[in-house]
Amino acid sequence: MAEFEPKIVAFVCNWCTYAGADLTGTSRIKYSPSVKIIRFPCTGRIDFMLLLKAFANGADGIIVSGCHPNDCHYTSGNFHARRRWIVFRRLLDFVGVDVRRIQFSWVSAAEGSKWADVVNNTVAEIRKLGPYEAYQNLNNIAQEKEVSNG
Amino acid sequence: MDDLRKKAKELLTENKVGVVIGYGQGSSGRARAVFIKDPDKTDQLIFNDKCVQDLALYLSKAEVKKMGKMAIVATVPVMRAILVLASEHQFVSDDLVVLGLSEEGKYVPLDDFKAVEEYLGALNIVLSEEDRAMIEKINAMSLEERWNFWQKEFSKCIKCYACRAACPLCYCHRCTVESNQPQWIPVAADAMGNMEWHIMRAMHIAGRCISCGYCAEACPMDIPLHLMTYTLIDEIKNDFGALAGMKADSEFALSHFKLDDKESFII
Repeated sequence: MAEFEPKIVAFVCNWCTYAGADLTGTSRIKYSPSVKIIRFPCTGRIDFMLLLKAFANGADGIIVSGCHPNDCHYTSGNFHARRRWIVFRRLLDFVGVDVRRIQFSWVSAAEGSKWADVVNNTVAEIRKLGPYEAYQNLNNIAQEKEVSNG
Repeated sequence: MDDLRKKAKELLTENKVGVVIGYGQGSSGRARAVFIKDPDKTDQLIFNDKCVQDLALYLSKAEVKKMGKMAIVATVPVMRAILVLASEHQFVSDDLVVLGLSEEGKYVPLDDFKAVEEYLGALNIVLSEEDRAMIEKINAMSLEERWNFWQKEFSKCIKCYACRAACPLCYCHRCTVESNQPQWIPVAADAMGNMEWHIMRAMHIAGRCISCGYCAEACPMDIPLHLMTYTLIDEIKNDFGALAGMKADSEFALSHFKLDDKESFII
């Protein structure tokens, strides 16, 4: 059987991590193709609901990445994001969502090689954890209910 | 109680307020909210152990605001909700008279928000033993057990949104749950949507919850959803130094930050 190839969604900010990922490419550093990058204006713009929607739509792992503290293009977006992630991560853990599947990181526009490492390490970690069936199965429970209701 | 009725009557007679919001006798021995405009009807005000609703939820309702200046019968959770609402600029402080009620049901005169802050500051406000034990029990479970525990609870949800209606701090006129472009939360009560709804509700209340517990009280399916926000209270207080509803000008933990907020999971 072929090795499990996880689906990873990366929510990244336009100013640091997206540019950093660009640098990874222009530096011709190879990294896992399992990641789908979604560009946001700022980590402060990344609504926690988007992370839930990524899992619901089949993501096995998520990367959320932006500018290092004090480097935010909008001066404070990443500080707000950091607090939100601290609280959100605890809440998810409390309700039994596997927080090991969400990797938060700071990757600057100069850190092309760090971005490759973040992606590769996350892919390796998710590969160990396997597909996130418990979460995705919730979609099927809805369908079963609909069928049983005729 | 008579002191409270007398004060309510006085306020209405002297036209200092347009309406007194308090607890009155409901059907089947239950208590309900009453909105008294007539000074002769202040005898309707009651207080007993059935009076658990957080009346502060009416303060942000346009229908109630229309009745003029408000006086509100305030137990400790109501006072705390008032201070959160004041911090969030949901009403003008001069438009509200707080008729304090101690836990024994004694009238406590409170002239302004400063007095409310002092009254609350003198109390030792902690979560009940029962809630704390429940949170510890859930935290002690394995990840899979926690998931299964909450999935079982969420599966009971019928999406009636009584928890939202009951919460004094869930006052947005345009709630995300009603948004359909995009549809964040599915309308039907299905497994995915139920969980998404409860996580979203908890996130929107996180750092603001004043642990009145009325969301769980109102839930017809007995889902212990109050624990989702309760579990965050201590951590937000310890990490960000904010306990909601203790000051009329407190900062909401999630709209402020410190340059050195600590975390251990960002690489």
